[in-house]
Amino acid sequence: MGSICGMLGSFAVLRKQSLLGDAISHAALPGIAIAFLITGTKETNVLLIGALVSGLLGAFWIRGITKRTHLKSDTALGLILSIFFGFGMLLLTYIQKLPNANQSGLDKFLFGQAATLLARDVWFMASVTSICLVVLLLFWKEFKILLFDADYAKTLGFNIQFIDILITSFIVIAIVLGLQTVGVVLMSAMLLAPAAAARQWTNSLGVMVMLAAFFGASSGVIGTAISASQNNLSTGPVIVLVAAVFVVFSFIFSPSRGLLFRQIRFIQNRKDLKLHKTLAFMFEIAKGHENISHPHAVKILNNFHGYTRKSLGKLEQKEYINVAGSMWSMTPKGYHFAANLYNQQGNENE
Amino acid sequence: MSSAQIEIQLIACIVAIACAIPGTFLVLRKMALISDAISHSILPGLVLGFFITHDLNSPILIFMAALSGVVTVVLVEFIQKTKLVKEDTAIGLVFPVLFSIGVIMIAKNANDVHLDTDAILLGELAFAPFDRFLVDGSDLGPKSLWIIGTILLITIGLLFAFFKELKISTFDAGLATALGFSPIMIHYGLMSVASITIVGSFDAVGAILVVALMIAPAATAYLLTDNLKKMLGLSVVFGVFSAISGYWLAHWLDASISGSMTTVLGIVFLTVYLFAPKRGLISVLYRNKQQQIEVSLLTFLLHLNNHQEISERHINHLNEHINWRRVKSKSVLDLALKNNMIVIEKSIISLTDKGKNFTDKAIDYIITNDHSKIESIKEDFFLFRG
Repeated sequence: MGSICGMLGSFAVLRKQSLLGDAISHAALPGIAIAFLITGTKETNVLLIGALVSGLLGAFWIRGITKRTHLKSDTALGLILSIFFGFGMLLLTYIQKLPNANQSGLDKFLFGQAATLLARDVWFMASVTSICLVVLLLFWKEFKILLFDADYAKTLGFNIQFIDILITSFIVIAIVLGLQTVGVVLMSAMLLAPAAAARQWTNSLGVMVMLAAFFGASSGVIGTAISASQNNLSTGPVIVLVAAVFVVFSFIFSPSRGLLFRQIRFIQNRKDLKLHKTLAFMFEIAKGHENISHPHAVKILNNFHGYTRKSLGKLEQKEYINVAGSMWSMTPKGYHFAANLYNQQGNENE
Repeated sequence: MSSAQIEIQLIACIVAIACAIPGTFLVLRKMALISDAISHSILPGLVLGFFITHDLNSPILIFMAALSGVVTVVLVEFIQKTKLVKEDTAIGLVFPVLFSIGVIMIAKNANDVHLDTDAILLGELAFAPFDRFLVDGSDLGPKSLWIIGTILLITIGLLFAFFKELKISTFDAGLATALGFSPIMIHYGLMSVASITIVGSFDAVGAILVVALMIAPAATAYLLTDNLKKMLGLSVVFGVFSAISGYWLAHWLDASISGSMTTVLGIVFLTVYLFAPKRGLISVLYRNKQQQIEVSLLTFLLHLNNHQEISERHINHLNEHINWRRVKSKSVLDLALKNNMIVIEKSIISLTDKGKNFTDKAIDYIITNDHSKIESIKEDFFLFRG
């Protein structure tokens, strides 16, 4: 379950439709209620089909609103979410007032309880997961091109609308299935968190999807384990929290985009700049002499030029200068480097 | 109508108004989903407040809840500022986490208390009148009426005080900064008002309805007008309308009031979405079609202008040359005839003076691509006004 969410979530995140999951999971409610009203059974599959239909309806209405009117997607999402959910609640309360209805348990869908799943449901989920996987592989190229350059895909003659609908439908299916496990509210996190975490580690779609699937699956497993080990802990929230830990970890520690490394790079750049400043000043002095390695007093450097004992030591370490007592002299290597530094800056200014 | 019924409707109306005002700005600022996020992430704040006071009715609860709403906003902004993910993803990450924390805190520590997620998400308006506000033993009306009424008064007061600032910073944040207003201050001010309103209202109507009441009236009004003041007024009207009719619908069906209010809001939106004069789905489709025909008309007239030969100007020739279907050629011909741009003699079409004039101007416009040219075409020929 976690892995399928992760995979499809990658697409949602990259398409800037992250909250679609949230909206659809709410929009599925009236479908469940109507399916129950019509059939009068609590058969999981029937209810799921109802949820699927109303989820799809919600998803396509959202697309319609953003396409045809000037309302923005966030408004459309919020609108559909709340209206469908409200309507669902209306139906649910209406059902509860009906005589002889074995209505109890319908609201289980709202908050989900993985522990109540039967083996049959698990098999059902597994098969849907593998179908999704197959379709994903089949249409891999199309999905990818649509994601990053929809116009290009159109000029190549792909049927954009079809692919678009395909992706949306799969997201809806995943959500509807996930409802049983983690519940309406937490579904969106299941969809988003693994993908957002995976995004931090890679720029390649394929790797990202795999990673997201892995993150999703492991947060599912770990979350379930934690919730099983303690009583009174419902599964859904724990899974979400585990996924959130993954996200925070990725945000901070990912090598290329993470906050930690960004900060380190930032500090490093600043230090480099200071060193370069000192070196440039030295270069100016050394330029005036015939012998570039002519020694000068350390004293003529002051704080303003970025001079500290440490920075001098660092420059010496890089063999740009030699320090002897209270005198310093430039090495040819340092002279060249400083000269080029100057040129580079000049070029950039032009 | 009993007094309880009147009170319920009064509360519903006031909630609707109190939500519609900040909602309008949220929709305009493209932050509609923040309201959804806030309404969920209030939960941990409520639970914490409850741990502190052990009293479900203490004002600290509301304060803590509003605080956690603001914390949500700050967190979302923080994640967004790191540029690691987009804003919507940031929202989607923050609120489920906060909500889960809330759920777990309830499950671990307060299982026996009446603080279940159902009550928070759905609220129950019907019980609102039974929670009276008593001062020295005298009955001053339902408690939630007082709470939400105060919030409404504050909101309206702030709205009048900062209307100009809100307006400028909503539509042109850069200009607002240049003029010396602080958009950030206004942003957080708005967010605080929104989160206090959500907290105050959800007690009465539940979290989901709050979101619906914030977004739906504003979105509906936005389809109808571009004027901020009109939009505010309209969204208040829609909110109140759905509050009252929603109540009666619920009364009739014997179902949840907040659910039926949302449903009415949905129906109102759907109606406007389909039938709004300028932005509605139907009028948009109609206009697209109209524009298509007008462009075809232009093509057709240019074609006529280029060909003097009789054979090229025969009615039946159109179908094969420009490759239009029969229906389309007919509607184009009709439009041209109606505008006196062509005359048809014995199935031969020729341009009138007016048609010729129009074609010349159109060619001029196409060649120069100068926008002032098309303005005069619009005025002279009543075309291309879509």
